[in-house]
Amino acid sequence: MTPELMEAGTDALNKHLGLVASNAGESGGRAASYGRVVEPDQLDVTHGSILYLDDISVSFDGFKALNKLCLNIAVGEMRCIIGPNGAGKTTMMDVITGKTRPDAGTAYFGSTIDLLARRENEIAQIGIGRKFQKPTVFEHLSVFENLELALKADRRARASVFFKLSGEQLDRIGEMLKLIHLKGQAQRTAGLLSHGQKQWLEIGMLLMQDPKLLLLDEPVAGMTDEETERTAELFLSLEGAHSLVVVEHDMKFINELTTRGANANRKRVTVLHEGSVLAEGTLADVQANDKVVEVYLGR
Amino acid sequence: MSAVMTSSMPHLPAVTVPRSALGSKGWTAVAAAVITVLVLAPVLNLLVPEGSALHLSDYAVALIGKIMCYAICALAMDLIWGYTGILSLGHGLFFALGGYGMGMYLMRQIGRDGSYHSDLPDFMVFLDWKTVPWHWTFSESFIAQMILVVLVPGLLAFIFGFFAFRSRIKGVYFSIITQAMTFAAMLLFFRNETGFGGNNGFTDFKRILGIPIAQPSTRMVLFVLTGMTLIGFYLMARWLVNTKFGRVLQAIRDAENRVMFCGYNPLAYKLAIWTLSAVMCAIAGALYVPQVGIINPSEMSAASGIEIAIWAAVGGRASLIGPIIGAFFVNGAKSWFTQAFPEFWLYFLGALFILVTLYLPDGIVGGVKKLLNKNAEVKA
Amino acid sequence: MSVTPLHAETKPAITSRAGRALSASLLTLSLTLALAFAVGPRDAHALTADEAYALSAGDNDARIATLQKLVAKGDPALPAFLDALAADTVKVAGNKAYIVYGDEVKDAATGAPAKLPDGAEDVVNNNRMSSEIEAALGAGKLLSKDVATRAEAIDSLSKAADESKLPLIDKALAAETDPKLKTLLKAVRAKAMLSSSDAGTRIAATKALAEDATPEARALLMERMADGSETDSAVKGSLQLALDKVNRKLAWGEYAGVLFTGISLGSILLLAALGLAITYGLMGVINMAHGELMMIGAYATFAVQNVFRNHFPGAFDWYIVLAVPASFLAAAAVGAVLERGVFRFLYGRPLETLLASWGVSLVLMQGVRSLFGAQNVQVENPAWMSGGSDILSNLTLPYNRLVIIAFAGVVLLAMTLLIAKTRMGLFVRSVTQNRPMASCMGVNTARVDTMAFSLGAGIAGLAGCALSQIGNVGPDLGQNYIVDSFMVVVLGGVGQIAGTVYAAMGLGLINKFLEGWAGAVLAKIMVLVIVVIFIQKRPQGLFAMKGRSAEA
Repeated sequence: MTPELMEAGTDALNKHLGLVASNAGESGGRAASYGRVVEPDQLDVTHGSILYLDDISVSFDGFKALNKLCLNIAVGEMRCIIGPNGAGKTTMMDVITGKTRPDAGTAYFGSTIDLLARRENEIAQIGIGRKFQKPTVFEHLSVFENLELALKADRRARASVFFKLSGEQLDRIGEMLKLIHLKGQAQRTAGLLSHGQKQWLEIGMLLMQDPKLLLLDEPVAGMTDEETERTAELFLSLEGAHSLVVVEHDMKFINELTTRGANANRKRVTVLHEGSVLAEGTLADVQANDKVVEVYLGR
Repeated sequence: MSAVMTSSMPHLPAVTVPRSALGSKGWTAVAAAVITVLVLAPVLNLLVPEGSALHLSDYAVALIGKIMCYAICALAMDLIWGYTGILSLGHGLFFALGGYGMGMYLMRQIGRDGSYHSDLPDFMVFLDWKTVPWHWTFSESFIAQMILVVLVPGLLAFIFGFFAFRSRIKGVYFSIITQAMTFAAMLLFFRNETGFGGNNGFTDFKRILGIPIAQPSTRMVLFVLTGMTLIGFYLMARWLVNTKFGRVLQAIRDAENRVMFCGYNPLAYKLAIWTLSAVMCAIAGALYVPQVGIINPSEMSAASGIEIAIWAAVGGRASLIGPIIGAFFVNGAKSWFTQAFPEFWLYFLGALFILVTLYLPDGIVGGVKKLLNKNAEVKA
Repeated sequence: MSVTPLHAETKPAITSRAGRALSASLLTLSLTLALAFAVGPRDAHALTADEAYALSAGDNDARIATLQKLVAKGDPALPAFLDALAADTVKVAGNKAYIVYGDEVKDAATGAPAKLPDGAEDVVNNNRMSSEIEAALGAGKLLSKDVATRAEAIDSLSKAADESKLPLIDKALAAETDPKLKTLLKAVRAKAMLSSSDAGTRIAATKALAEDATPEARALLMERMADGSETDSAVKGSLQLALDKVNRKLAWGEYAGVLFTGISLGSILLLAALGLAITYGLMGVINMAHGELMMIGAYATFAVQNVFRNHFPGAFDWYIVLAVPASFLAAAAVGAVLERGVFRFLYGRPLETLLASWGVSLVLMQGVRSLFGAQNVQVENPAWMSGGSDILSNLTLPYNRLVIIAFAGVVLLAMTLLIAKTRMGLFVRSVTQNRPMASCMGVNTARVDTMAFSLGAGIAGLAGCALSQIGNVGPDLGQNYIVDSFMVVVLGGVGQIAGTVYAAMGLGLINKFLEGWAGAVLAKIMVLVIVVIFIQKRPQGLFAMKGRSAEA
């Protein structure tokens, strides 16, 4: 084996990989169609879709919260979901995260993981993170401890008893504190943070888990303009490496998200109404859609 | 957050310091406690003559020993209620089961000295039984019975907790069914056929491990044992709540949904702390019975279960030392009232329940902390 | 611990030869006596002194012979003297017999006052003599004109019913007019026949008992089967057949009985839990003092009863009419005070409410103890609620329980109408579903809270009033029902009145069914365990409010 041969080998490999990458289209290219080994518990996104909801229906005592909802989120996408209250946005998130069992329909994470067959904590461990509408942090613990709990580590009871933070984990927490602008507040009791700070803490906790899919339910509700701006920047920085689903009412914020970053102006917005999808397309399309205007945006 | 929500939470400190097990002040206090229990009490009771002002009377030894057992229960209650948010009204059951386990051994130790001079305990002779029932098989052996003291309540707690927590029964529903459980057990133990002495229970103990039980030296040994167990459990609890495990428990108390979405399965955590607290109560019960000399089914009543909760609430939840203080305060008051003004004890206890929940949600410890903080602010 | 029924001294089965001789003499004695009293001339003459003396002194056999002779004569003065003999108040001296009535002494024959001579001896009756005297007395009583005396006689006869007495029994049966006593006599007859030496008679007896489907008949049959003295296989077979037949007939009564007591218990649980369903189901207040509110209602009934007893004794039977509103108002008033003073500050904090209300319950219990004493107090049923209707031989429906079932239905109906149809009910519903919105609409939420809580408390008071009619009233009356009430509410589903009804009835019936099978204590335990398991499977109860609002 000579250095020249090694170099030639690397070149050939790179050319091959480049060929494969260039052939990869929406449906994953040639790699997706080969017979490949699929681990049942591993996330498999070779088909390009990270979240797949099909005909999900949920009814509470006769009231149809979700009515044959279909949703398909691509890997690395940032999808915004808008719609009036009662359209089923939070219920949809409940179904995805395992809090509510739908009456009918299928929900898949990647192509192999059936969300309906798993419990909440399993779904969280597999890589779906959810931020609630109301900021839910652990009020009596400090900011630092909140983030520590969200760290990706062994979740079992026995492991928790003897758990000690490693240097690397400490660093990660430090970084996160910086990211969510709470560096100086590490020891502050979380219950005493301002509303916006709590939202950020929760987003921080979400990110500590290193999720592949983030579900964000009204992340900027109650935030100041400046905080909203910062939040938009944070999300835009996450796009690509993570997939995001953002439910919001603040059209300005949606505008920020869809008109900046990668895929600017091509990001899709889904409009939910009465439990099913009313319209889907770019923000401009959706805003021009008559039905949407009538139901939600107003004239 | 609405006003209602904030008022329901105990006072939040401005800064949560990274907690270590105990500060230097804490360790000094623990050392002082150990010395008091291990050295001071025996000396004052056994060596100091009776007429002297420093003498610790036998009555006081028995009373304090009893209250220390209660304090262990209150500590256990703090772990599940103060730190995990599970209010159990049935912990009296585990206390009583531990007590009965020890009681069974002590009843066999009476030997032939009972009223009927038979190998069987008196109540069995009275019921015309010829041999001991199956659940008394191990009652001759101290070690076996002590294992049962831990095993039976622990197993019962584990099974009950497993099914209850798995079905996500929470809050008030859970409290009510613990009350139902202890009530059902009390009814069961009241029956003579159950083989636990019926409504008279066990009493008239003579010996423990061959040593006469009524001697001051035996009493003192039990006293010291109880005191050391209390201190030991306190240290263990302190250590536990400062681990990540303890923090997860508090997270479960504050926002169980969020904990699940962080990937934890609350079932394992709740079950672990629930079983631990049950075993602590059982051990307390086993220490209680030789000191008090009697155990009967009323120890399992719903009323005794609720009293444990009030000791924790009065002292101050989620502080570990608070419930111990609460147990001493309430039971001290009970002892005083039942001697001085027996009619008024229940008024006092009832009023205590009402006033503590309305005006003193953080208990004595919380009140003291508030006072200290106010002083600190005034000084600053 | 079950208490075996006390049997009075039972005479042993007569099998020995001496025994047979005894029974033979008894037979002759009672026969002649009965015949004499039934048919014999009603001589007005009293006992002669010789007769009295002959009965009291001398050899037992001679005495018995005299007794039989006198019985045959049918002397109406005989029973009184026999009473005195049995009571050991007869003394003999010289050739006369005297009866001692405390300080007075009378001549046994004439009845005139006399002086007891020195050296008078007591008349001693050994067992044989005593039983002869008793039998003579009993036989006489059997045909007495007084119903109570006859009933007593039948009772003592039934304890010694054997074949020899059959003619006497038949005679009495023929003369008997009271239908109840007739039935009793028939049972005694069957019992006598059962111990006959003739197998045929015994078989006939079993057939007769089979027709007479009463618990007593079944007891007789079982007794006969159990004591092992039956050796003839034909008779054994007949016994078994008869037993099966009687069991089948009685089974209906038993099922109906269990059903009735189950419904009765269910109605009581319903009353107890209805108030709790309002305070917890509608308002989310866990009230551990609910049992004490029931106790207050019961004590209010007691107070009204006393007022009537002392001031309006003539109208005593109607005190209950006043007691119902009195107990409602008393409990509602206490409830209003509690709500305003304690619970209003603890809304949204169920665990704290639980503890505070437990404290309230302690205070209330101790208060009642101080006012009324720690013992149970007596509350009597009014006359029209006492007793019961005997539907079947083994099924009696007590009137007080029937009234309570009806009462529970009325209360349920009234409450449902109140909540569903009245303006007040509308306010209550609006406040519990969406407090801020209701407040914006101008509803005085504070007042509505107090009203709703008082309503629940008042219904608890009514439950207490009902309980006072069928059970003991004491300071810890509430403690017995608090766990059950919570079980009903938790099982039925929070916020649903229909669920409470089904749960209460269901638990009442299940409890009674299990009781017949396993005894009261085990039944209660099993019911608790069943509810706990059910709640684990279905935490929201029978009828749940679904949706996101139903978070614990």
